[in-house]
Amino acid sequence: VNRLPRQVVVALAVVPVAALLLLYAWPLATLVARVVGPGTIADTLTAPGVAATIWFTLWQAVFSTVLTLLVGLPVTWLLARWRVRGRRAVLAAVTVPFLLPTVVVGAAFAALLPDSWLGSVRAVLLAHVYFNVAVVVRVVGGLWTRMPHDLTAAAATLGAPPWGTFRRVTLPLLRPALLGAAGVVFVFTFTSFGMIRILGSPARPTLEVEIARRATQLGDVGGAAALSMVQLAALIVVVTVTARSQRRSTPTFAGRSGPQLPLRNRRRTLHVLAAVTFAVALIPIAAMVLRSLRIRNRWSAAGWRALVDPVDDRPGLGIGIDAAASIGLSLRAAAVAAVVATVIGGLAVLAITATQVGGRLLDAGLMLPLATSSVTLGLGMLITFDTPPIDWRAQWWFVPLGQALVAAPFVVRSLLPTMRSIPPDMRAAAATLGASPLRAWREIDLRVICRPLLAAGAFAAAISLGEFGATSVLSRTGDDTLPLAIDALLGRTGDLLRAQGFALATILFVLTALLVSFADPSTGDPLTEDRRARDR
Amino acid sequence: VSARRTRGAALAVALAATLVGCGGDGTAVEPTTIRLVTYDSFPSEDTPLNEALAEFTADTGLDVQIVRAGDTGTMVTKAVLAAGNPEGDVMWGVDNTFLSAATDGGIFDGTPALVDEGDVCVNYDVAWFTEQGLEPPATFDDLLDPALRGQLVVQNPSTSSPGLAFLLGTIAEYGEDGWQDYWAALRDNDVEVVDSWDTAYYDRFSGSGGGDRPLVVSYGTSPPAEVVFAAEPLDSAPTGVAVDTCFRQQEFAGVLRGTPAPEGAVRLLEFLQGERFQRELPLTLFVFPTNDDVVLPEVFARYAVRPDISRTIDTVLIAEQRAAWQDEWTQIVLR
Repeated sequence: VNRLPRQVVVALAVVPVAALLLLYAWPLATLVARVVGPGTIADTLTAPGVAATIWFTLWQAVFSTVLTLLVGLPVTWLLARWRVRGRRAVLAAVTVPFLLPTVVVGAAFAALLPDSWLGSVRAVLLAHVYFNVAVVVRVVGGLWTRMPHDLTAAAATLGAPPWGTFRRVTLPLLRPALLGAAGVVFVFTFTSFGMIRILGSPARPTLEVEIARRATQLGDVGGAAALSMVQLAALIVVVTVTARSQRRSTPTFAGRSGPQLPLRNRRRTLHVLAAVTFAVALIPIAAMVLRSLRIRNRWSAAGWRALVDPVDDRPGLGIGIDAAASIGLSLRAAAVAAVVATVIGGLAVLAITATQVGGRLLDAGLMLPLATSSVTLGLGMLITFDTPPIDWRAQWWFVPLGQALVAAPFVVRSLLPTMRSIPPDMRAAAATLGASPLRAWREIDLRVICRPLLAAGAFAAAISLGEFGATSVLSRTGDDTLPLAIDALLGRTGDLLRAQGFALATILFVLTALLVSFADPSTGDPLTEDRRARDR
Repeated sequence: VSARRTRGAALAVALAATLVGCGGDGTAVEPTTIRLVTYDSFPSEDTPLNEALAEFTADTGLDVQIVRAGDTGTMVTKAVLAAGNPEGDVMWGVDNTFLSAATDGGIFDGTPALVDEGDVCVNYDVAWFTEQGLEPPATFDDLLDPALRGQLVVQNPSTSSPGLAFLLGTIAEYGEDGWQDYWAALRDNDVEVVDSWDTAYYDRFSGSGGGDRPLVVSYGTSPPAEVVFAAEPLDSAPTGVAVDTCFRQQEFAGVLRGTPAPEGAVRLLEFLQGERFQRELPLTLFVFPTNDDVVLPEVFARYAVRPDISRTIDTVLIAEQRAAWQDEWTQIVLR
């Protein structure tokens, strides 16, 4: 076997392992230590309102997940099965919301919905569905598009009605993907923070919002840590269960598949459906842009002007938010976080693909921060690195470090498929031609990872730019990043402040869209591309 | 290999040194900018308060940078999380409802100084009560009058310090086991809850801005503000104070522990207690100064209300119970 020298593998793994221990394991241990004290968990769980918070977090997540599947399935069916006009554009329009910062999606729905809906559960559910439909389209669509057409055609020939075919043939085959998508959507809505902060009511927090409130407003760090543990336990259970049931039963297909040209008599319906989907996906963003230009029901650019030249409520009484500065600050933090996350994630991927057992362990280890809520990550870091000689609270790089911890698992996820797609016989061929394992690795693995690494870096930058949970805990007063400034502005009343909030959200949307389009230039078809990568 | 390993080790040590050793070594010269951490409603420029600070700068060569840290609760909580490595040098505006949390959290160097006082009380729109031919309320119980149904707006005690003070006032009045019933009754009388004093006073209260509710939780010193900021000169205040609904609010300032500028911070703190600064407090922050040398401006002395009966609760008890009371209140009023 063509193995890399041991020292090289160790050298590759040392940075990601150290980062994982320092930034994740140690802070988590500190959080646990805060909770282990006599009765902390019991006291917190029996405090008034906590049971209601847990219950609300759970049912809104279940409800959001079910609704997302119900809305997502027809959209997926349309895009995975049919070659409709403008399919690429529709696919992009429904998948982009998932890559947007949650505060931007929150702002978009705050702009779109009537004011009387703000603070209601239905506003939150709508935003959750909009944000997560992409998960269904990508996860379920990836499988559905590979399902051969003759399979359903055969059922139809045998006399099954369309609904029967769907229920008896399609649905059972899609089950693993449906479970997988449901798992991901549940995790995201269970830990929802940005959308709840902007659209929800303070009377009905999710666990994530309550953890942040206890830590940063009430000063009840022990209670916040206890709730973090409850949340983490629930997430681990969900992730393990869905991962297990997915592994058990993913079908493989043979036969002609892929999106099909619709028959003439159905073409018009499908095209209308596609056009409607496209429009619905864009409307919230459009509403956000328009609302940034409306003040007291009239068109005005005052909100945009006030970003540069703040207007005070009363003489000398501003709002303590420097919107213009928040842009520069966010960009700098995101750049640093992206570099750190890409270095950690890139080295981790190289180490994971170079070893067997150790690689799987590292892979699993790096997924832990992904399954931990970002407020918890930030809180853990804040209460760990607060004692000299390691007192990082005032360092400018503390926030980017937290963002890098959130982004690194995504870097790993986005790079692993590329690395795993390198055919083993390529390395074998190199060995046959006399290349040392190190040389072969340099010429093949390092070359292959180069371009995707840049894309992963852009992706990491997009995540860091919109990161809200960890940042809101770690950031210092007066150093608001874009999501924090947007949350603060939209939390106030007054048309001018809200218009400013929508304007900043528009800026954050544009910056994120630029980074995402660099990371994933959408030249290919995400649904069929996934398939190629997996089939290899 | 050994040379490479040595170099690697050196690099690791250097990296660790940069990561760890950023605390400063004490030999540095003190910064000449003093950061004053305060709540959001402290003015940052263009008021007599800022002119007084500019005089301090002219006299001492020390610039004062105002750092706004949200409402009092958020400000103190963040300061506790940052204790020892503070976000500024001096903190202004920790009130008696958060004082114990602040001192227990070890945020101050030395004892904080009392810098101003006032009362949180229900304010009413004089014109509305005249029009309706109703007697304005004076006590907490009066607010339960069915005739005042849907007329009161208060702040959420979890997000606003006057909101918290008002809640504490009801706890002082009805006791630790009685306030829950009072709030349930207030809820049934259609009390409105908003997140901040700004929203309540300027957007929801009819006596000052565009709102439609004639009763609001504000300050005993709000009426002089209405007179001072009136578009046209007034000979009486358009708002009044329900004198038996007050909770005493005392604000403190102190040097933050771990400041890189301890000497400058002490000088600023002394200045904040001095007559020059304190005499600007009544007509900018609308609070009573604590410096006895200050002569109160006439408009303030005439319209500000300092009730004979004002409630208070021991700061230690507040520190113990605050979070639990806030949670319980949320359960009763918002759910």
